[in-house]
Amino acid sequence: MTTTPKPHWRPHPTRRLILRGAASVALLGLGNLPFAAAPARAAANDKYPEEAFRQKSEADAIKALYGKTAEPSDKVKLDAPEIAENGGVVPISVTTTLEKVSSISFFVAENPSALAASYRIPDGTIPAVANRLKMARTTKLTAIVEADGKLYSATKEVKVTVGGCGG
Amino acid sequence: MASSIRVRATSSGDITEVQALIQHPMDTGLVKDSKGELIPAHFIRQLKFECNGKDVFVADWGTAVSKDPYVKFSFKGAKKGDELKISWTDNKGGSDTTIAKIA
Repeated sequence: MTTTPKPHWRPHPTRRLILRGAASVALLGLGNLPFAAAPARAAANDKYPEEAFRQKSEADAIKALYGKTAEPSDKVKLDAPEIAENGGVVPISVTTTLEKVSSISFFVAENPSALAASYRIPDGTIPAVANRLKMARTTKLTAIVEADGKLYSATKEVKVTVGGCGG
Repeated sequence: MASSIRVRATSSGDITEVQALIQHPMDTGLVKDSKGELIPAHFIRQLKFECNGKDVFVADWGTAVSKDPYVKFSFKGAKKGDELKISWTDNKGGSDTTIAKIA
């Protein structure tokens, strides 16, 4: 960030805000109703991909999330440091020139659970995300972009000096 | 209660750039405290951004997202003054919501 964003404190939330918050929580609750065990991202739904986050290996996590495999593509640009001194906070971003992107996900191969984050990209949202992830040790980082129903990936090896998962 | 969410949403032409910073421990459930006891997992599962009645960005997170998460993205179709609603829910049933005006 170039400048420190102004905090948007809301010391006295309005009643409407509270009600809206409650409504969205209720909706999220509905989204968690168990449906058929289809891969989470196959359909545009609101469900949290519980099963995919539980998988240990990257291959299993990709399978649980998408139900298919990805092909490497130079249209997916993954930006991460060569060396991360602190594995607890590794800045990682991805951009792509692919069209009809519906989701972007990040996997860290040797973390206790490979899937780190998955972002839904609705129509009208630019297919690019920056975030900060934890990495347990030096390992391969994979970004997967789902575009027009197909999966495209980019990978990068990141050296981690101090692991980010404690213990 | 002060909001856990800090947002900056700036519009330039048709594109709105959003940066959000959330205060949350994002405990993995693998780290021990000073007494050697495991700190239970406590992390944001879902973070949602809505603008003009439409989801513009939804994040599903696991424990591998860093403490005090930061995320940046951009979307089209909003203008200065529009409201962006940001809400998160965590694995312990905690949640927070805030509304930011696009600048």
